[in-house]
Amino acid sequence: MAEPASVAAESLAGSRARAARTVLGQVVLPGEELLLPEQEDAEGPGGAVERPLSLNARACSRVRVVCGPGLRRCGDRLLVTKCGRLRHKEPGSGSGGGVYWVDSQQKRYVPVKGDHVIGIVTAKSGDIFKVDVGGSEPASLSYLSFEGATKRNRPNVQVGDLIYGQFVVANKDMEPEMVCIDSCGRANGMGVIGQDGLLFKVTLGLIRKLLAPDCEIIQEVGKLYPLEIVFGMNGRIWVKAKTIQQTLILANILEACEHMTSDQRKQIFSRLAES
Amino acid sequence: MQRGLDSETKKQLEEEEKKIISEEHWSFIIEEQSFLLCEDLLYGRMSFRGFNPEVEKLMLQMNAKHKAEEVEDETVELDVSDEEMARRYETLVGTIGKKFARKRDHANYEEDENGDITPIKAKKMFLKPQD
Repeated sequence: MAEPASVAAESLAGSRARAARTVLGQVVLPGEELLLPEQEDAEGPGGAVERPLSLNARACSRVRVVCGPGLRRCGDRLLVTKCGRLRHKEPGSGSGGGVYWVDSQQKRYVPVKGDHVIGIVTAKSGDIFKVDVGGSEPASLSYLSFEGATKRNRPNVQVGDLIYGQFVVANKDMEPEMVCIDSCGRANGMGVIGQDGLLFKVTLGLIRKLLAPDCEIIQEVGKLYPLEIVFGMNGRIWVKAKTIQQTLILANILEACEHMTSDQRKQIFSRLAES
Repeated sequence: MQRGLDSETKKQLEEEEKKIISEEHWSFIIEEQSFLLCEDLLYGRMSFRGFNPEVEKLMLQMNAKHKAEEVEDETVELDVSDEEMARRYETLVGTIGKKFARKRDHANYEEDENGDITPIKAKKMFLKPQD
């Protein structure tokens, strides 16, 4: 960790913006500016070469770039706002530019539109439920936002229930709102999470790691015994297995796997498989 | 009294607008705070070794959609499960019955606090007194 930090410090001291392409996978610190690929050409040879400013040429060379979490737009450059590793994803179907983001770690969740989260119902007032999602305010959930709910046919939701839903409104100016149906009106697994089980909290980075398509941890866990897991993007995981002991083992594994190497993990799994 | 702007200020405003529009046209950076665009994440509900069959079905559906694979074996499934059908009929009987009930019979179709319609109560008939 000392090396990338010193490199980053050097660049900050030199206060020259680095090209985003060269920094991929390296640690970036808040306050750094990153240049997008098109801009490198203009700034490369000291900007001594004057290019004729023709509107069409400039417009063609610009591609649409999305700056994801941890980055902000600062004029024509990207400004880093969180410390972590810079990542990039190529565009799948050619919409140009791809996505840049910073892979950072945090425990505090900030509601984001479209995220699926696990919430705890804290209050029931009139037609809406107040759901605690771990953010700065409780989200509101209308009783009509469940599959098959009508004014006469109310969903069976009590205070203290666990809800798996997604945000439809989540910005810094308004109270977050969540629903348990998708845009077609189907539940798709959202709604009240069943009885029993255990809810615990982990860091946000671990959730994303476990939900990655090629996550070995989940594949190995799934071979142990019958179980059910629900992951909320707000750092909450709900697990359920047939006995309490199995549930607790599962919870301990998921909490601890963040800081284990893959060898240690394999040892633990083989020990569990034996017993 | 002057209504509206001077021709000079109008020109300035127009020029500023043009500048802003042309700058926007150049900068194509969009800010998104969601991780959904960045990383392909699996669906959040998982079930293993048959613990919850509905969730396992959902897993196949959602992850297949996400990977854009085509489902080759399409089994013919019931659209509505039997339990759900029974439940729907229960609530339907009350609502449809209400349509044909006369004004005096509306008392039989009172709603509970939950909004469920209770089934028809027995009608009061004349009971012959037993000596």
